[in-house]
Amino acid sequence: MTSSRKPRAKTFPLLILVPLFSSLGNVLLGKGMHGTGEIQHLSFATLAVYLPKILSSVWIWLGISSLLLFFVCYLLVLSWADYSYVLPVMATGYVLAPLLAHLLLGEVVPGTRWVGAAFIFLGVAVVGRTPPTTTRRG
Amino acid sequence: MRTFLFLAIVVLSGTGGDIAATHAMKQIGEVKNFAPRALLGVLRRVLQSGWMWLGIGLMALAFFSFLALLSWAKVSFVVPATAANYVAGALGAKFLLKERVGKTRWAGMLLVAAGVALVCTAR
Repeated sequence: MTSSRKPRAKTFPLLILVPLFSSLGNVLLGKGMHGTGEIQHLSFATLAVYLPKILSSVWIWLGISSLLLFFVCYLLVLSWADYSYVLPVMATGYVLAPLLAHLLLGEVVPGTRWVGAAFIFLGVAVVGRTPPTTTRRG
Repeated sequence: MRTFLFLAIVVLSGTGGDIAATHAMKQIGEVKNFAPRALLGVLRRVLQSGWMWLGIGLMALAFFSFLALLSWAKVSFVVPATAANYVAGALGAKFLLKERVGKTRWAGMLLVAAGVALVCTAR
């Protein structure tokens, strides 16, 4: 258990960045895709029309950059922390989205969603009490 | 039936992809130096790892199956159902990655799965 104490200092900042970049990336992609207009049916012809529009959107590229940063941080933290430790912590992204929607966009968030968010927070707090690394590596 | 088959593919390939990527990173070893040059070295090893490419392939399969599933199944069913990822992830971590998933971690994991299902079903 003592061997797992050292990585904690670098685990926590990364575990904050992972859901943050992931949620931010999805929000940016959503904003970019809304700007291109609704795709009615998926075919190669519509793809040929929409793809240049999608790829010329700044929001899409910001979203892709954010998701790439998410993946880098995710892989870095998995180089020492347990997958079963990182996975539940990533669920804080589900809490971030309604919270940001409520605070920034003034959206009304239904009560059930806050109850779900409370469950996630509680679950992450419980998992956070376990050591981040339980496997020995050579 | 087709819905449950695709849901199983989404959950199993998504979790399988994460497990393979985790295995690749554990083989590469703990990243201790965060200087750009050192991180480029890690990136080179990541790109040379067969497990990583298997992981990325499985993640892509999960993503496209998820899109396909959404083309006929309701989002309000599909998204909360992916909370099953947490259970599959805990089982994969325990039996494939040999992580010690104790009672505390299981309890936290199940709370998170329930929370995700609740957040996604809220109207």
